[in-house]
Parts: sequence; C-alpha cells; structure tokens
Amino acid sequence: MNDLQAPSIEWLALLPSLIVFGVAVIGVLIEAFAPRAARYGTQVVLTTLGFAGAFAAVVALAAGGHATTEAQIAGMGSLAVDGPALFLQGVILLVGLLSVFLFAERRLEPARHGTRVDSFAAQPAAVPGGEAEQEAVKAGHTTTEIFPLLLFAVGGMLIFPAANDLLVLFIALEVLSLPLYLLCALARRKRLLSQEAAVKYFLLGAFASAFLLFGIALLYGYAGTVTYAGIADVISGAPAAIDPGLASTMGNDALLLIGGALVVMGLLFKVGAVPFHMWTPDVYQGAPTPVTGFMAAATKVAAFGALLRLLYVALDGTRWDWEPVLWGVAIASMVAGAVIAITQTDVKRLLAYSSIAHAGFILAGVVAVSEDGVSSVLFYLAAYSFVTLGAFAVVTLVRDAGGEATHLSKWAGLGRRSPLLAGVFALFLLAFAGIPLTSGFAGKFAVFRAAADAGAMGLVITGVAASAVAAFFYVRVIVLMFFSEPKADGPSVVIPSPLTMSVVGLAAAVTLVLGIAPQYFLDLAGQAGVFVLR
Amino acid sequence: MSPDNYLYLAALLFTLGACGVLLRRNAIVVFMCIELMLNAANLALVAFSRMHGNLDGQILAFFVMVVAAAEVVVGLAIIVMLYRSRHSASVDDASLMKL
Repeated sequence: MNDLQAPSIEWLALLPSLIVFGVAVIGVLIEAFAPRAARYGTQVVLTTLGFAGAFAAVVALAAGGHATTEAQIAGMGSLAVDGPALFLQGVILLVGLLSVFLFAERRLEPARHGTRVDSFAAQPAAVPGGEAEQEAVKAGHTTTEIFPLLLFAVGGMLIFPAANDLLVLFIALEVLSLPLYLLCALARRKRLLSQEAAVKYFLLGAFASAFLLFGIALLYGYAGTVTYAGIADVISGAPAAIDPGLASTMGNDALLLIGGALVVMGLLFKVGAVPFHMWTPDVYQGAPTPVTGFMAAATKVAAFGALLRLLYVALDGTRWDWEPVLWGVAIASMVAGAVIAITQTDVKRLLAYSSIAHAGFILAGVVAVSEDGVSSVLFYLAAYSFVTLGAFAVVTLVRDAGGEATHLSKWAGLGRRSPLLAGVFALFLLAFAGIPLTSGFAGKFAVFRAAADAGAMGLVITGVAASAVAAFFYVRVIVLMFFSEPKADGPSVVIPSPLTMSVVGLAAAVTLVLGIAPQYFLDLAGQAGVFVLR
Repeated sequence: MSPDNYLYLAALLFTLGACGVLLRRNAIVVFMCIELMLNAANLALVAFSRMHGNLDGQILAFFVMVVAAAEVVVGLAIIVMLYRSRHSASVDDASLMKL
C-alpha cells in the first residue's frame, strides 16, 4: 500500500463558503444550548455578520484577482474560484443578507400574548389549530431554527455554481435543497397550504435529484472520472491516460448523451424551466413569503451558475447536441410562463409564472455560448434576484385579517390607499416587464443582444414577443392598483420595522441604479465572464 | 460475469422506481420509489467503478448513501407532518392549490 497523502486545500480561496457553514454550525449549537429568550437576537446578529463576513471575503478574493488572472481550481480539483463563481456567490450572499431581514421581521403579525412574532410557525411539528400549537403560541415560542437553515441553504448555493466535479455538484444540490424543503413547511398562517407546498417540493425535488444522480452515474461511466476537466478531455477524445475500461466506454455516445441530458434535466428543475416547472407555482404560493422571496431569487442564481459551468466546462464538446434542446426549453419557458401568467388571480402564483418566463429569458443568454452570453446571464441574474426579493417583500406587507392578502382582487385600489408602496411594487413589475430605466431592461437587452450576436434570432424574436405578452399582465396589475376603486373591506398595508423597509428600499435602489447607470455593473459582469478550465 | 449486466439491472431498477413515483399515490411509497432510484444509481456507480478500475464511483456511492439518509430525515418529517394534519398521506388529497 502506498502512503495516504493529505490533500492540499486552499483554505483562503474557499473562505466565503467556510464562513457561512461555520456560522451555520454555531447557529445549530445556539439552538441546542442557548436559552429560548436569547436565541432570536443572537441568531439574527450572527447570521447577518456571517453573510456580511462571507461577502467581504468574496470581495477580497475578487480584488485579489481571483476573478480574472488568479482564477484557480481549489480543493483538489473540486471547486472553482473564478469570475462567474465569485460574482454569483456575491449576489447570493447579498440576497441571503437581505433575506435575513425578511425572516427576522416581527412587526407584521399582530402580537400574540404580548410577544411579537414572525411569519414562521410557533411549533412546526404541532397539528395546525391543535392544542399543542395553541400552547406553543401562548408560550410565545418562535422557530429560530430558520436562521441556521437559511445559512445551510446559502452555503449549498455558494458551492453549487463553483462545483467543478459531479460529486460536489450533487452534494451542493442536496445541501441547498434540504433546508429549503423544511423552510417551505414553516408558515404561521395558512399552514395546510405551506405543508402541501413542502410535500410537493420535497417529492418532486427528490425525484429530480434522483434523475440528476443517475445522469452523474452515466457520465462517470462514460468518462471514468467525475471532474469537469476530465470529462471534457474524454469528450474531445484526448484523455490523460487510456486504460482498458475507459477504452471500452469512451466511444459510447449513448452514455454521454443520456447522462448529460439527465444531469441538465436535474438542473433545469431547480431553475424552474418548462417542462420541469410544475412545482414552481404551488411551492411559491404555499411557502412563507419571505422564504419564497429568498428561494425565487437565490436558487435561480445558484442553479443557473451550476448549469453554465456544467455546459461550458464539462459538456462544451457536445455543444451541438445540447444547444437545440435548450433552445426548445427556452422558448417553451418564455411562452408558457408568459401565457399562463395572464390567467392567474393570486399575486404569488403570478410571480411564480413570471419567474418561469424569466428562466426562459436567462436560458436565451445561456444558449448564446459566448463570453458575452455568460456575462449577460450573470448581470441578468443579479438584476432579477433583487427585483424578485423586493417584490415578495412588498407582498408580505399587504395584509388583512387572514394574513397576507394575496388574491389579486384585494389589491384593487392599493395605489389610492398607499401610493408609496404601490409605486414601489409598480417599479418592480416594470422591471420584470423590462421597461427602460429599470434593471430588467438592461438585463434583457444584454441577454438578447448576446443571443442575437450568436445568431439565435428565432430565440430573440420569441423572447421579445413573450416580453410583450408578459408586459400585459404586469401592467394589468399596475392598472388594478392605481385605476380602480379600493374595496371597503380591502386589505391594509402594515407599517413594517426598518428590517423590511430596508429590504424594499435597497431592492428598489438596486433596480433603479442597474437600470439608469448599468455600465459599471455590466463591466463587472463582463470581466467575470470567463470560466477557469483547469 | 460482465459488468454490463449490473448496468441493465440498475437501469431496470431506476425505471421501476420512476414508474412507481408517477403511479403510486401514497407519499411514503412515492418516497420509497425515489430511494429505489437512488440505489439504482448507486449500483450503476459501483459497476462503472469496477469497469474503470478506479474508486471514484464507490466514493460517490458512499456520499449518496449519506445524502439519502439525510433526505429520509427531512422527507419523513414533512410527510409525517402532512399525515398528522390531514390523516392521509395520499398525494392526491394534497390539492388545495390548483389553478
């Protein structure tokens, strides 16, 4: 036996995810040992500091040139530290940071028995409306586990776009998914809907990850290795060393194509692209709204990062095989998302279908297969995630006696009652629609230009047509808010604490800045558009 | 025996699991079918590992087992919670949200 060699790990280059996971473990310990009264404050401060620290680490790495000249593959070939990874990690950490504020908001629900409560169940394991739940509410319990769960989910999302081999890809997928399944089930109001959303998300998510795993097995069978660089070598026909096993499988295109298709399918499920979108509306509607906002923004960023790296680094040699498939998926997502959204009557479902359409728009940039395509996708993701988070933050504020008033008819005349809030929501809707002077326009323009440069004119034309259809229902909501009479028994807008206000304000600011002066950020994304190959 | 046969078996198990997920109505059974799919992938990984003569596939299989165990914890918690509030674990009954 030869001696085991300790792997050499570049700890500094992996600092962002290490900080997040470290803080998450501390958060679990706090849940176990700290007295109940002290948990909420400690968790909020700790989680905020964790995200801020990790974001500082990302910025430091990028400033140290890791995004461009010093890009490397760390951890014995398993994790990339390069432009796209650092850019997306920065976006995910900022979204995570703002999500902490949404999660920690305690002014929306009426105080129960003298304690202020957040939008998460007092005791998630108790039967809704049962005795145990009433006791937990009376005792003023809150579920502070949401903060470690959020940290673990973000940790997985940081690894996901950086994963440079299939094993890490699968582990990161599960680390980000499992906490999200749990978070979905924790709503304080409408708990049956919330539990249903969790079951659907869990069963479909596990189903999709099983497909992803079988695809990984087939790709491993094809290439005899799980690293992206190794797979790319075998596809190009020039592996480092050929042994009899590899010689017998590397000519087998069935393994490569089916395996690649299954892995891409697993990732498209996370992205929420048609035809793997069935879970999106139900989960977005049922999950607690802060969780929906976080999930809609951050999961999409992480999953598109992983998809880009897989397609561009590992499966680049099969580009002619996956390009037409993704064309189809992009067109189907844009059209189906935009058309079905027209018929929706629930704000959260409407935003869910709009997110499906946006998945299609982003895929148009992915299909462009160029450096411009990558950076346009990066920019689009950054712009889209803040708009989404802001929109769902606004949804948490419009409430009536039964909790959030998500039915669209209740939003009639909101602009008359609270013009500021309705105005901000209108800004987010216009950004979704891609109206100039909002971040959505800059993002869509970048993506469609990259697609057009790559010769995908059909995709661009479909995209613009789908945008026009989508603009119709966004504008319809704006018209409903500003030009119809408010109902007598309509919902009221709760005045939140500075936490939610800062989220809405920052999201609106980012939307405007990225729309009016996008050049700096376009340059940033442009510099970050190169994947490190080996 | 050629390792190919293990791959055919893995593909068969995977298909059985996928059909089970689509056809069965009890959430626990659906979940068991997903576990079957994961194990089919494990079998394929180990068979490929033997074909290639390296250990990557076996290491992956170990990680999959750990992940499957974690998934059971989360999944059963969610399904039990659903059962307690509805007295039914049927995925058809969970249909409050429809168009």
